[in-house]
Amino acid sequence: MATTIQVTVNGKAYSHDVDPRTLLVQYLRDVLGLTGTHVGCDTSNCGACTILVDGKAVKSCTMLAVQADGSEVKTIEGMADNGTLHPLQEGFREEHGLQCGFCTPGMIMTSADLLERNPNPTEHEIREALEGNFCRCTGYHNIVKSVQYAAKKISNQEKVA
Amino acid sequence: MTNYIGKAVKRVEDKRFITGKGRYTDDIILPGMTHAYIVRSPYAHARISSVDTSAAEAIEGVVKVFTGKDIAESGINGIPTGWQVNFKNGDTMKEPPHPLLVSDKARYMGDAVAIVIAESREIARDAGDMVEVEYEELPAVADAKKATEAGAPLVHDDAPNNMCFDWELGNPKAEVDEAMSKAHHITTLEFVNQRVIPNAIEPRSAIGHFEESSDKYTLYTTSQNPHLTRLLMCAFVLGIPEHKVRVVAPDVGGGFGSKIFHYAEEALVIWCSQRLKRPVKWTADRSEAFMTDAHGRDHVTKAEMGFDKDGKIMGLRVKTYANLGAYLSTFAPCVPTWLHGTLMQGLYTTPKINVDVTGVFTHTVMVDAYRGAGRPEATYLLERLMDTAALEMKIDPAELRRKNFIPAFDGVKQAGYQTQVALQYDSGNYQGVLKRALEMVGYEKFREEQKAARKDGKLLGIGFSTYIEACGIAPSAVVGALGARAGLYEVGQVRVQPTGKVSVYTGSHSHGQGHETTFAQVVADRLGIPMDDVEIIHGDSESVAFGMGTYGSRSLAVGGSAIVKSLDKIIEKGAKIAAHKLEASEEDLEFAEGKWTVKGTDKSVGFGDVALTAYVPHNYPAGLEPGLDFSSFYDPANFTYPFGAHIAIVEVDQDTGKVSLKRFIAVDDVGNVINPMIVDGQIHGGLAQGIGQALLEGAVYDENGQLINGSYMDYTMPRADDLPSFEIDRQVTPCPHNPLGVKGAGEAGTIGSTPAVVNAVMDALSPFGIKNLEMPLTPERVWRAMNS
Ligand code: FES
Ligand code: FES
Repeated sequence: MATTIQVTVNGKAYSHDVDPRTLLVQYLRDVLGLTGTHVGCDTSNCGACTILVDGKAVKSCTMLAVQADGSEVKTIEGMADNGTLHPLQEGFREEHGLQCGFCTPGMIMTSADLLERNPNPTEHEIREALEGNFCRCTGYHNIVKSVQYAAKKISNQEKVA
Repeated sequence: MTNYIGKAVKRVEDKRFITGKGRYTDDIILPGMTHAYIVRSPYAHARISSVDTSAAEAIEGVVKVFTGKDIAESGINGIPTGWQVNFKNGDTMKEPPHPLLVSDKARYMGDAVAIVIAESREIARDAGDMVEVEYEELPAVADAKKATEAGAPLVHDDAPNNMCFDWELGNPKAEVDEAMSKAHHITTLEFVNQRVIPNAIEPRSAIGHFEESSDKYTLYTTSQNPHLTRLLMCAFVLGIPEHKVRVVAPDVGGGFGSKIFHYAEEALVIWCSQRLKRPVKWTADRSEAFMTDAHGRDHVTKAEMGFDKDGKIMGLRVKTYANLGAYLSTFAPCVPTWLHGTLMQGLYTTPKINVDVTGVFTHTVMVDAYRGAGRPEATYLLERLMDTAALEMKIDPAELRRKNFIPAFDGVKQAGYQTQVALQYDSGNYQGVLKRALEMVGYEKFREEQKAARKDGKLLGIGFSTYIEACGIAPSAVVGALGARAGLYEVGQVRVQPTGKVSVYTGSHSHGQGHETTFAQVVADRLGIPMDDVEIIHGDSESVAFGMGTYGSRSLAVGGSAIVKSLDKIIEKGAKIAAHKLEASEEDLEFAEGKWTVKGTDKSVGFGDVALTAYVPHNYPAGLEPGLDFSSFYDPANFTYPFGAHIAIVEVDQDTGKVSLKRFIAVDDVGNVINPMIVDGQIHGGLAQGIGQALLEGAVYDENGQLINGSYMDYTMPRADDLPSFEIDRQVTPCPHNPLGVKGAGEAGTIGSTPAVVNAVMDALSPFGIKNLEMPLTPERVWRAMNS
């Protein structure tokens, strides 16, 4: 019954036999041990499981592992570059964009997708982009600021480069 | 620089969370671990005629299925409650058994009937579907008030009228009636403070691990309160020796009250692990969490406030039916009573108060503390009365409050304020927070805008809430007298290592509050050492001596104070060692910046030096024990009383009924502040939850006891685009009775915000003559009101 899939996760190539009904999030957590991606619901509403698949934000509970065959996946564990935090990771820390941390990986991944599409979002655009990610701790106030921090940092880095 | 108190230090714990290295319960995998799935009743009330597990057990990969019968036969007890509230006539409250798995009857939708243990989560779930349970559905009741009426279906046969207790507090009813009869004006409100679901984003999870070789048990659990869970589970449920049990609450993804309590699943995984000699993991999925996490609020209330002709409050009379759910959860009886009735004084000089509460069983999941716990319900009632009375009496709502505020007192030069409802407030300056909030909002200007907008058919509204809460829970002797079955002190141990590095063990628990940062700031500041030299350890009963956990905004006020007590002992003993080393007398030394200095000289010895000497005591004061390690219990002298003023500005869309929250201003006084960034974050999060209750959230049980919005598709959680950025400020009135002068900030936002928002909507709707609408103020509800 098992199907073989080949995926690249955070730059590393994997090949595994998986049960066809295994969700991508389960594969990441249970098979690869990448527990930074969280499960907060069973209706694809909370966004805690958000990752990047071929550069696009995807709720990994809405996708089967077999559907990721041949894809390039990035999770929160792959966001820092050789120990240097991604500007979003830094932003969440600087602006206190997290409390319990459970929603944080999903928030960061969704925001990464946003900033890729729209490097200079307004507060309104940030709030709209994050409406598929629940946070029960922060009231979103500082999450918005965290994303703004990252946007600014990225644009400054680009100016320098 | 070792000055940390009052600084917005970035959080120490963030590194692991932003890199995906947090370690939550469901992340833990143990060798040989099995997975549990719990078969739950789809009915709110049903007799269980039979449970057939044979088909499930035949599935490959199923290890075992246990049923309510197995639990009953094993002789273990059910889940206890930690608080006793008696009937007015002195009779003990009704305390029906709450078995880990039911065998005779299901009493709420989600009541646990059987547990399947299998090699994988998927197999367990598949097999769960194969457990055949025959139910005979019975009539159910979900509404607290209806449950007390004649002929209502009974949840427990031995609780007539579904009453758990009836209770009152304050002045005798006759005195209050008398005061009210003389009132010039009485404002009356009847409303439901609706049931809300805490919804921490991390679902509950528990792993039980019994090790036969050592006869030891480990429970990993999503708990705010690991030591209390251990105590309740060992002593009251399973009857296993406490010293053989380790409870670990690792990183926990939010709690908001819902993870305080000892839940049946925790005891179940331990019990199953002991039987199967393998680790057993259970993790709720969200639908299960909706059905089985303890909910909050759910009061049916009639409240009346009497005023003299100048708007001075003469009396307050309150009757509440509080829904407790089908069984008594850990703190359930105290929430609508001692955490609710005691807040009826609010910020006002009300001379006569009577509050009467009936605790009611219904065929719904347990109701217990949810962020604020009782205090939001009290504040909602008072602050809705104030704005409604202002409207009725045509007095400005800010002015009405000012007329009635208790005058400022610091609790040192001026005594604390004795309320009519048992509490004595510690310190307060209520005019101050309102004044600041009015400045921030630009009150007069807003009223003009509002007038102009009305002419253009735009419905703007402003709403106030000036609240107080009782936090820093709580003096043990006081709560003991009120029915608590536990003490509510906290434990803090400071272990100075030989190299001068410091490990701190706290019985308090962080599930987002940032203890690893705030507590380290306190320790580093007091000891005059870098924060990097301090590690805060919490959440593991094996490393932390004891603890009462985190809830009731108690972590810093009680847990922090316990640490300070130990720090004082460290500094005191350190001085003895330093004096010996400096060949000076202790009295001649002063301790600052991490060293003991002989006053008026440059002779000094550093903290690290003293630490090393304590562990290598070669040249050492005679008669002094080696080591530098102290543990303290801190039992607070009183509750703490944070307060504040919240103002909401809303716009109601006349065509759709949609309420948009335009601005939210919060000025809170939580006493001294150790880390303003973290305190602000606590306020933000609290506001979102309070605003959520006003506008969006509400658990809906139908008349058959079916939870009909038990998923994120149906239950409206506040999203990023539902909320504005908040405008917040602070006033500082130190707490006079704890060493840090702190009051607690975790619940303030939630307690204050809900009535401010509802008041704002009522203000916007006042041209329609609408005085009261039930929460949540959905577009439909508002539109219907405007169009009827
Ligand atoms: S787990 Fe909630 S959206 Fe995927
Ligand atoms: S930080 Fe806890 S849910 Fe967002």
